[in-house]
Amino acid sequence: MPHPILETTDLTVRFGGHVAVDHITCNFNAGELTAIVGPNGAGKTTYFNLISGQIPVSEGRVKLNGTDITRMSVAQRTHRGIGRAFQLTNLFPNLSVLENIRLVVQSKAGRGFNILSMADSHAELTGPAYEILERIRMTDQADQVVSELSHGDQRKLEVALLIALDPLVYMFDEPTAGMSVDEAPVVLDLIAELKTRKDRAILLVEHKMDVIRTLADRIIVLHNGALAADGDPAEVMASDVVQEAYMGRDLEEALANV
Amino acid sequence: MLKTLVSGDTPRSPILLAVLLAILVCLALAPFLFPGVRSVDTAARICIFIVLVASYDLLLGYGGIVSFAHTMFFGLGAYGVALASSRMGPGFDSLLVGSVAGAGLAALLALVIGLFSLRVRAIFFAMITLAVASAVAVLVSQLSSLTGGEDGLSFKIPRALGPAFKFMDGEIFGVKANGKLLKYYLVFISCFVLFLLMLRVVNSPFGRVLQAIRENDFRAEAIGYRVVHYRVAATCLSAAIAALAGALYAIWLRYVGPDTTLSMEIMIDILLMVVIGGMGTMYGAVIGATLFVLAQNYLQNVLSLAGESVSALPFLPDLLNADRWLLWLGVLFILSVYFFPTGIVGRLRGK
Repeated sequence: MPHPILETTDLTVRFGGHVAVDHITCNFNAGELTAIVGPNGAGKTTYFNLISGQIPVSEGRVKLNGTDITRMSVAQRTHRGIGRAFQLTNLFPNLSVLENIRLVVQSKAGRGFNILSMADSHAELTGPAYEILERIRMTDQADQVVSELSHGDQRKLEVALLIALDPLVYMFDEPTAGMSVDEAPVVLDLIAELKTRKDRAILLVEHKMDVIRTLADRIIVLHNGALAADGDPAEVMASDVVQEAYMGRDLEEALANV
Repeated sequence: MLKTLVSGDTPRSPILLAVLLAILVCLALAPFLFPGVRSVDTAARICIFIVLVASYDLLLGYGGIVSFAHTMFFGLGAYGVALASSRMGPGFDSLLVGSVAGAGLAALLALVIGLFSLRVRAIFFAMITLAVASAVAVLVSQLSSLTGGEDGLSFKIPRALGPAFKFMDGEIFGVKANGKLLKYYLVFISCFVLFLLMLRVVNSPFGRVLQAIRENDFRAEAIGYRVVHYRVAATCLSAAIAALAGALYAIWLRYVGPDTTLSMEIMIDILLMVVIGGMGTMYGAVIGATLFVLAQNYLQNVLSLAGESVSALPFLPDLLNADRWLLWLGVLFILSVYFFPTGIVGRLRGK
């Protein structure tokens, strides 16, 4: 077994009496893409929020490379290597496409408090930002304001921000939702490319069966906030737990209907 | 070269460029183009308010932070200069000590307020600044032994900045070459440099982070920026620059009092100037402050002229009476917000 990059131990959050994430203990390894599935309201996005720090944990721990990050702020976790793309597009709408990505590159370089130089004069920040734009094939839109982009392009940019951050743990929350058939492959190719690097862990919340089948090395199933199944994609899809989690329906069929 | 001077933030509109150049030329040559005590005084006020309004826009338009304490910081600089000059005696050293101490104190106070309140929510910060600013205004009027209370403080400035000081045989192009002229250029050049400095700050990597936080603080945090740190830093910077503007104002007036620096009225004027000019653009501060200060100083004259010209008609002379200038200022404000919701600069840049 390779050394786990990310570990969650008994990770739990309660909202009033409702247990949204229920004692999830799970490890994520480098070079492995884990698909996280489950019906709506199973706690997938909440589990993500606990790992990336948007919601404080009620119980349990999150460890990154052996360091406990449970009490760290979102920004601190980001600097240590947790990166997240959001389910609902979450960008800087009145800034240009290039500026959105440049801000990420700048954050990584720790240059945010540079107060007296011109932002545009930093070739070492603008250059890498352009490279990312090339990888997602959006160089033509570099100077466009984000709010004027199509929905699909905004989704692509959402993923691009995460690629620019290049964290140790990539967390994608339905990255291709709302994308057209031509647009989705660009993003999926990028994710497949990340897998080949072998030094990053990738977590993917996804409903599309074909995406899971081509990309996932492993599937975990959440049901009512708890870990219901964990293992090889083919085995998990056939297991009883999954059948039950989806109320008797086949996973594939259930997911197709979501 | 020029582009570097304005930090790559060009006006991006020929009309805006023309207007800005006209304002720059008028302010740079004000004592020669408009000789006269009142017009030069208006020009100096415009310079100072451009800096004050721009420093507020740094907070509101770039950082998305609402503060009601900006006049307090303005006042700290003004009182700094006044106290230093009256305690240490007139001299450039007391002006410098007063300005630096005022700016430092303003930044420190902003740091404390920011650390206390910016962690929570932006609205909480607005409330705290309102409370602190009111408390400071009361304190200043009560501590009359130190601050002169409601009467304020008159003080002497170095002789080189006074009308009695003559140079160049006392005349340049028919304008009196005295310390008053030097004082105007001290104000003008300081304001010009401070403005260019702020233009640089908003176009720096730091300025971009501020804009990102204004747009989406949640995501800014998620890509690794500690939002609180940036908001506090912006508050401190803005406070220090406001204090420097206050110091210049005190030097220009040779007087400081609660009404000239600390009052809520000035705070509201600043807000209006930012909104009229256009939030989130430094050039908006230039246009907003120029229009507003001109209106404050000359709308009465325009009105009395207009009133005389229609004196034969019924009702209209009353409406155009010079005493109604505030009413018309209000009307102008409503019209400008209605027709230019993104401010004049926003409109000219086609947003």
